[in-house]
This record gives sequence, structure tokens and C-alpha cells, in this order.
Amino acid sequence: MTDLLSKFDPLINEREALLSTGVRDPYALVMEEVKSPTLAICNGRETILLGTYNYMGMTFDDDVLAAGHDALDNFGAGTTGSRVLNGTYQGHKECEEALKEFYDMDHAMVFSTGYQANLGVISTLAGKDDYVILDIDSHASIYDGCAMGNAQIVAFRHNDVEALEKRLKRLPQEAGKLVVLEGVYSMLGDVAPLKEMVAICKKHGAMVLVDEAHSMGFIGENGRGVCEEQGVIDDVDFIIGTFSKSVGTVGGFCVSNHPKFEIMRLVCRPYVFTASLPPAVVATSAASIRKLMHSGNKRAHLWENSKRLHQGLRDMGYTLGTPEAQSGIIAVIVEDMMQGALLWQELLKNGLYVNLARPPATPHGVTLLRCSLCAEHSSEQVGEILKIFEKSGKDIGVI
Amino acid sequence: MSNHDATKAKIHELIAPFNVKDAELKDEATFMGDLEWDSLTVMDFVAAIEDEFDIIITMNMQAEIETIGQLVDAVAKLQDQ
Ligand SMILES: Cc1ncc(COP(=O)(O)O)c(C=O)c1O
Repeated sequence: MTDLLSKFDPLINEREALLSTGVRDPYALVMEEVKSPTLAICNGRETILLGTYNYMGMTFDDDVLAAGHDALDNFGAGTTGSRVLNGTYQGHKECEEALKEFYDMDHAMVFSTGYQANLGVISTLAGKDDYVILDIDSHASIYDGCAMGNAQIVAFRHNDVEALEKRLKRLPQEAGKLVVLEGVYSMLGDVAPLKEMVAICKKHGAMVLVDEAHSMGFIGENGRGVCEEQGVIDDVDFIIGTFSKSVGTVGGFCVSNHPKFEIMRLVCRPYVFTASLPPAVVATSAASIRKLMHSGNKRAHLWENSKRLHQGLRDMGYTLGTPEAQSGIIAVIVEDMMQGALLWQELLKNGLYVNLARPPATPHGVTLLRCSLCAEHSSEQVGEILKIFEKSGKDIGVI
Repeated sequence: MSNHDATKAKIHELIAPFNVKDAELKDEATFMGDLEWDSLTVMDFVAAIEDEFDIIITMNMQAEIETIGQLVDAVAKLQDQ
């Protein structure tokens, strides 16, 4: 018998080698208690959270929680059904209404996760003879959507406008083309030049989908994302997003002004063949989305936090993923998995949680400690975070 | 020189700057194994080939190409189209 799991032996061995040195497993952390969007108890110690995607700190918002309790009491724990059969409740429609208002778009479709939204929308739009042109550093859910639809995949160098245009020019003019971009790339926290890219896509007759997972709620005047910030939201055909970051719940969505968009509800398999979100989740999501429309002050504070952390870490001598703060993500680049795991562990010991990210999730084979800020991090907390980074970095010898 | 030979010569020329291991450029030589290229090198090299021949090698095609010989055949075919 061939052991089908033996293909993972290299990874198993690498993990064993790492753990045998005594470092704690960075992928097995348990939060015993969660006190607020920015504080949890890990290993019995109060820990500042700097590795969540809770950018706008909505997880404990009073209005959001109240909406959830109400829905749980009135609509029950779950829907036990697909959106197209028995799984669409009043709350799902209200959540879609909230999204339409938030983005000022005609159509909104809520999926059970953002992963499924990408999987479903990309695989449904781009079939076997169509082309998906994507940034090489795209999220796994985008690649998986391409694979599921059997589309022809053409990748271009990360954020390279010229590379995108060259490829669009070489594709058959009559072929269906979907260009998939992200507003903020989640590993390094860098922003895409959407203004130039979207213009080029239009020039070459390609439809454009932008995944705004890490920018919703924070970037752009109304928090609509990098498309809004760069003034191209009206030229984008589809925006994909998630509730698992700024919205602070779980779920995914696609919004669009395309007149035929509603047919997607019948032909998109990851929408049809899975159960819909529980009533409490759509209720908390809708409440959160509505509050995010009027969160200008919070956005300003989050920018302050992000810029201050970036400057502080840079001054200490850390290598960062971007030359300046471009989003809520600050990536600290380390030499390798060993150094990354040691620094990660030391930070945690000193009361700070960040994400340890490694290939294949990261680009160019780099290992990094990904910090994501929250609008609810107080100025004192950012100061504390900087202190912990300074002490831990010196103790481990990273700076 | 036939078209095929010319394509092959040009591809060998484009491989050279990336061939830091000085591997022998036999038709059977593999990019991952013999040339020891990582995914980033592959991406840069594919872009260089695409620009030179003004073609697109989709990721679906790339998945099927393991050796230098296979690449030459694939490029020759794309040029014919
Ligand atoms: C760019 C991007 N798209 C999609 C997703 C998937 O979102 P979700 O957590 O809702 O599945 C993520 C999050 O991991 C992401 O970073």
C-alpha cells in the first residue's frame, strides 16, 4: 500500500527538527480567553493581539453584539440549508442590503467565507477557454478558483503594471479575460497600483475583479477599499471581500453593478452547495457593516497606529515589507523559519502575539512576522508593542 | 539552421544568465532538478522567454514543462500558432 500521507514527509521532518530545538509550535497557539479586540489570555498571560485581522475592532462592539443576540434568540442557531433553498432568512437579505449601501452598488451576494467567494466567483466566471490574468502573489483562494474553473492562468510579476499590459496584449482579442487583483496584498501589506492597472484592463477588453479583503473598512474615504482610494471603483466589475477581517465576523461576499449578476446565485457552486451563514453571523455582520460606513475617526486612528509602528520598527533596525506604512499590515522580515520561530516565541513570552508566516503563503520564500494593527489599539498599547519588539529583537539578535 | 534549432539556440542563450549551477543544457535536463531553479527564478525566466518570442506560456502549460527539450517544443509550437 502506498501511504498517501508520505508526500508530506519533508514538511513533517522540518517541523520535527524545529520543535526538537525546544521552540514552541507557532501553529498551535490557543487563546484561553479573549478580553477585547486587542487583548487575550495566552498560556495564562495577558497578551496584546497584533496578529488578528480585526482592523476596525468590531468584534466586541455593543451594537454588533446586540444584533447577534437578538438574531440568535429570534432565528435560532443555524439555517441548516443552502442559500438557494431554505437557507436565506431575512437577515441574509438585510446583510446584502447593507453591503449594497456600503459599496453603493446594485448587487451583493453573501457567501459562507471569503475563500468560497473567490472560489465561486472566479471559477464560475472563467471557464476552460477563458483566461485569468493574476498577480503572482495572489491569495490561495484566487489560485484555487482558477484551478476549479479550469481556466488558462497567466501570472504576472507582483504589482508590475508593464508586465500586466504585455500579457494582455498577447492574448487573443476575442478570448474571455478576467484580471484578478488585490487591493492590499496580505503578506507584505503593500498596495496595488489599481489606477494604472484597471485602466489597462479596460483598454484591452478585460473584466476586472478586485479582492479588497484587507482594505475594506479602512482604506478609502468610505472604507470601500483601494479601488475607492485610487478612484477606480466605478471601472471595476466585481469586488470580493470578507467579513473575517474589518467586519469582525465570518463570511464572504461579491458586489457588482453588472446587470446580469443575479444569475450567479444559480450557477455558482460554492454558493449553492453549502449551508448559509447562521442568523447571528449575518445579523452581526450587517450591524458592523453599517457602522463601518461612519467610522472616519477610527480609520484615522488606525492610520496613526500603523504609521507609528512602521516608523518605530524601522528606527530599531528591523527589515520591513514596505518602505512606508501602506495598510494595516506591517511585515517584519526575518532570515529563516528558525529565527522567525525564535522571535515569535520571545514576543509571545513578553506578551505580544503576531503571525508567523512562511512559504508557500509568503512570496519569494521569505519568512515574516506579520503585524496587523487595530483601530482599538490605544497609543499606550502601540508604545508597549514597540518596547516588546525592541527587547525581544535584541535578545534574539535580530536587531 | 531550422526554425526549431534557432529556437533552441535562443532558449539556451536565455537560460545562460540563470544557469548559476553551470548545468549542461541537454534536452533532458530539468529546470527544478538539474538547473536547481526555484519558483522565483522560473518566473523571471518564463518572463524573459515570453518577451523574447512575444508569446504567453500559461501556468497550465508551465505545469507540463519539466525539461529544456519540452520547453523548446512548446515554444516552437506557440510560435507556429
Ligand atoms: C486576499 C484574501 N482573500 C480572501 C481571503 C479569505 O477570506 P475568508 O477568511 O473569509 O475565507 C483572505 C483571508 O485569508 C485573503 O487574505
